[in-house]
Formats: sequence, structure tokens, C-alpha cells
Amino acid sequence: MKRDAWIAVLLFALVALLPLSGEAYWMRLGTTMLMYGVLAMSWNFIGGMAGYPSFAVAAFFGLGAYTGAVAQKFGMPMGFAWAGAGLLALAFAALLGLALLRLRGHYFAIASLVVAEVLRELVNSMTGLTGGGMGLNLPIPAMASVDVQARFFFYAMLLLAAATFAAMLLTANSKLGFGLRCIQQNESAADMLGVDTTLYKVSAFMLSGVFVGVAGAVYASWVYYIEPPDVFDVLYSVKAIVMVLLGGAGSMFGPLIGAAAFLSLEELVWRNYLQVHTGVLGLMIVLLVLFLPKGLLSLSQRIGRRKMP
Amino acid sequence: MPLLYLQILANGLVLGGLYACIASGFSLVWGVQNVINILHGSFIVLGAYLAYFAYLQAGIHPFLSILIAIPVFYAIGYGLQRMMINRIIAAPVLLTLTLTFGLDLMLQNGMILAFTADFKKLVLDPPLGTIALGEMVLPVDRLAAMVLALALTAMLYLILSRSRIGRAIVAVRMDREAAALMGVNVPRIYAITFGLGVMMAGASGPLLAMIFPISPLGGPAYLGKAFVICVLGGLGSVPGAMVGGLVLGVVESFGALWFGPEHAITLSFTLLILMLLLRPHGLLGRKGYE
Repeated sequence: MKRDAWIAVLLFALVALLPLSGEAYWMRLGTTMLMYGVLAMSWNFIGGMAGYPSFAVAAFFGLGAYTGAVAQKFGMPMGFAWAGAGLLALAFAALLGLALLRLRGHYFAIASLVVAEVLRELVNSMTGLTGGGMGLNLPIPAMASVDVQARFFFYAMLLLAAATFAAMLLTANSKLGFGLRCIQQNESAADMLGVDTTLYKVSAFMLSGVFVGVAGAVYASWVYYIEPPDVFDVLYSVKAIVMVLLGGAGSMFGPLIGAAAFLSLEELVWRNYLQVHTGVLGLMIVLLVLFLPKGLLSLSQRIGRRKMP
Repeated sequence: MPLLYLQILANGLVLGGLYACIASGFSLVWGVQNVINILHGSFIVLGAYLAYFAYLQAGIHPFLSILIAIPVFYAIGYGLQRMMINRIIAAPVLLTLTLTFGLDLMLQNGMILAFTADFKKLVLDPPLGTIALGEMVLPVDRLAAMVLALALTAMLYLILSRSRIGRAIVAVRMDREAAALMGVNVPRIYAITFGLGVMMAGASGPLLAMIFPISPLGGPAYLGKAFVICVLGGLGSVPGAMVGGLVLGVVESFGALWFGPEHAITLSFTLLILMLLLRPHGLLGRKGYE
């Protein structure tokens, strides 16, 4: 645990140097990467540790984005709006978890997938509060320049990613993490041995919701304008899963590595094949599942094992 | 007022017949091999495009293009299972789900490139008109589509309950190991099952093309309905899909009347959660088979 923590401190410190490049493009890419990292690490709580295939990331993200935006519309300062978004996502995850986490396998997967659709429909129909299909404009923060703004949101996302990582590290090394791994291996057996499976699963689900909620709110402030199909995009859920699969499910640095690798690929595909970028994303997913189901980290382990006598 | 309700009930049943056809193949694949085929919705859309272009280019009536759709989509499904899904069938649920999701993204993107993102509508010339039942009015094209949809669903039921292959599929669903010991070639049965599932999707495409506009991204909506129907009716049984489809059709029609059509997803999701909590094995399902 200590070693992981030191590696993480070093890693985040290195990433924090990125603004020195002074390029707006790299700032945007870095902020996006950290956001993806938050999504992937959050999914890891419920999907990687407890083994529940959740597709609820998009729901938490959209909920957070809209909570933050609506709160700011009513004049709440940005920081409080972000915190409020996190708290609401936390409460929502608790309630949703109590209902959905009784389901297993595909039932849970699809039920969690539909949540984002339902929220999108509700947001769409509450035009008075959320602007409905017209979307919602956010106040532009009063800062010296565009560069200062870019740096501000980059560091906000960095802080959030570091907090998410710390929560993940603490969870993995605590009783909660142990219980979640038991649930993944065999839920009935864990239940029999005295693991309070409902409490543990709901806790994992709440952890997987809160940081995504804040990330959604930060994202909304960052881009100034949100609309339902943008923030409730089911691809957020899918990307989180793909990133974790890419990096290696259940591991500490897997989600972060996956996020960085995924964003690099995505950026390359976007830049070169705009017309077919979802198709290429699909192809990447297929190849990944068929040939590398345990993630990039498993490559190094495989090579490492071969070297051993 | 009672006339309005009667009319809405009739509309709901017509819609429900189509829903049953959409869901039966999806339910079969899910029930037999525990694979959620995310592609199912997009295959329906592809079937609809097949009917659209067959009618536009060659003048083939949509009802006849079902006969083209059946072998084509069966072959696609069979090949897909043989080449890809069978390779990871033993992996955790998440992986098969993610695989079909990736394939779905590719198919959707392909359809946008091939057919453009514009909505298309198949308009029969001359139109089939309407018939009046007492004071109710029903469009003939919808009615005929429903009858054909129910016929297709009944055909799947007969295949499963009467043919040798069908009995083997049911045997694999009940106990894979025992079926394998009895000499059933499980990978082959999986491929046939998936072929049948995709075939049902492709064959219901032309029927839906008669009624709804076609969009390359229309698949997920159909997929969501198929999922709700499976939960409503019980997994893996054709009569379950039939009952679930009819129930959903009626509920959606009355829901549109009482709450407004913009809340269709919220309504079916509420129904879904209630069913999962109260009766997870479905209206017709047997306990222990969920």
C-alpha cells in the first residue's frame, strides 16, 4: 500500500507539471484524461472490486453535471455547487443501490444502463428547471484569462482524480475492499461468512457515484454549456468499462493506465477518422475483449512470468 | 369515453404483437447462453433497411422481404457466434456484453455511413387503408404486421417445441453439462440459437419498417423494449415473450394517454424495477430459471 501511494504521489506530481508546456491543446487533453481517470477509477469500485457490471456512470455524470449547473443558475458559488453535485450523486447512488443491487449479472447491468435514459428523459421534460432539450448555459467564471481558466479546471480535475485514487487505495486495503473481493468471488459464501453484502455493495456503489458526480459538475463548469444527450451519454459508462478492461480490472493503477491509453487511442482516431470514430472505438472494444481480456497490465505480468526460471 | 379506451387497447395489442416478435429472439439467446445481445436492436434496424431498399429498388413488398431476411440474418447470427462469441462464452458476463456492445457500435457506424443518418419511411403505394371494427378504426398495415409478427413468434415456438434441434436447444438451456453428455454438440447449438435470435430480429425489421420511421441509431430503443419484455414475461420462453410483449404494448399505449408519450421510458423502467423486485422470474417464468 505504501509503495502504491508513493508511486501515485510521484505520478500525480508529474502530471501537475503539464501546465508548464503552456499549450492549450495539452491542457484540454490533460483535463479530459484526468476526468476519464476519475470515471474509470470510480467504476472500479463496483465493477472491478465487487464484480458488478454497472453501467450507471453516465447517470451519475449527468446527474452531477445538471446538479452543478442548476445550483449555479440559482446563484450558488461554483465550489459549493460541485460539492452539492457530489452529495446528491452519493444519495442517489445509495437509493438506487438499495433497489438495483439485489439484481445480479445481466439484470443489474441493463437496469443500471436504463437509469441514465430515465434521467435524461426527466431532465428533458423539466424544461423550467433544466432548460430541457435547449440545454443550460453556465456562468463563465471571472478569471484573468482563458489560460488561467484552463489551468484552474485542470488542477480541479487533478485534485479530484487524486482524491478518487486515495479513496480507491484506502478502500482496497480496508475491510470494505476485502469484503468486496469476497463478494466478487462468491457472494453467497461471503454472505454466509458474515459479510454484510448489502451494506458493502451499496457502499461500493456510493463510492462509484460520488466522484463521478463531482466530475460531471466540474465538466459542466469547464465547458459552460450542457445538454441532456451530451452528459447522459451512455458512452461514458462504456468508456469507463473499456478503460478499466484496458488497464486491468481490480488493480490499482489499471484504471489510470487504461484512461491514458484509451484517451491516446481515442484522440488519434478522432483526429484521423472522424467519420468512423465510433466504429473504430467498437473495433477496439472487440479486439480488446477477444485478445486482451485481462488488460494491458496482464501483458507485463505475462512477460514477467516468462522470464522467471 | 369507453370507445377511446377500446381503441387504445386495440392499438396496444397491435403494438404488443410486434413487441413479442422483437423480444422472442433476444429472450432465447439470453435464456439459453446467458448472453445479452446488444446487437439485437441494430439487427432489427438492418432488417428494416433491407425491406426499405427491397421495396424502393426492386418493388418487393415488405412482407415478402421477410423471406429474404430469414436466411440472411440466420447466417449472420450463426457466423457471429461461431467466430466470436463462442470464444469467450465462458468468460464473465461483462465481457460478452462488452463484445456485443463493441460490435453494435461498428454496425451503427456502418449503417450511418451506408444509409446516412436521415430518417427514412417506407410508404406503400397504394396504401393498404383501414378497416372499421364497430366504431374502432384499425390501419390494415399495422394489423397485418401484427398477425405476421405473431406468426413468426409461433414459428419459433414450434421450432423449439417440435424439432430435434429445438429440443436440443431447450436441453442445453436446462443443463448444459448433461446435454453435452447426451451427445449434444453445445457450441453448434449455441451457434444455431444465436442464428435463430438474429433471424427473429432481422425478420421483425420489415414489419416495423411498415409502421415506424427507420433511423440507423434506432436500435437501442428496440433493445430496451426487448429487455423490459424479457423481465416482464420471464426469460427464455417464447410464451413469456408473447405475454410480456402484449403487456408492454398495452401499458405503453395507456401510459401515453395518461402521462404523455414523452415519459415512455420512465414508465417502462418503473415497471421493470417493480417486476424485478416483486416477481424476478417474470409473469410466466418458473422459479429458479431466472
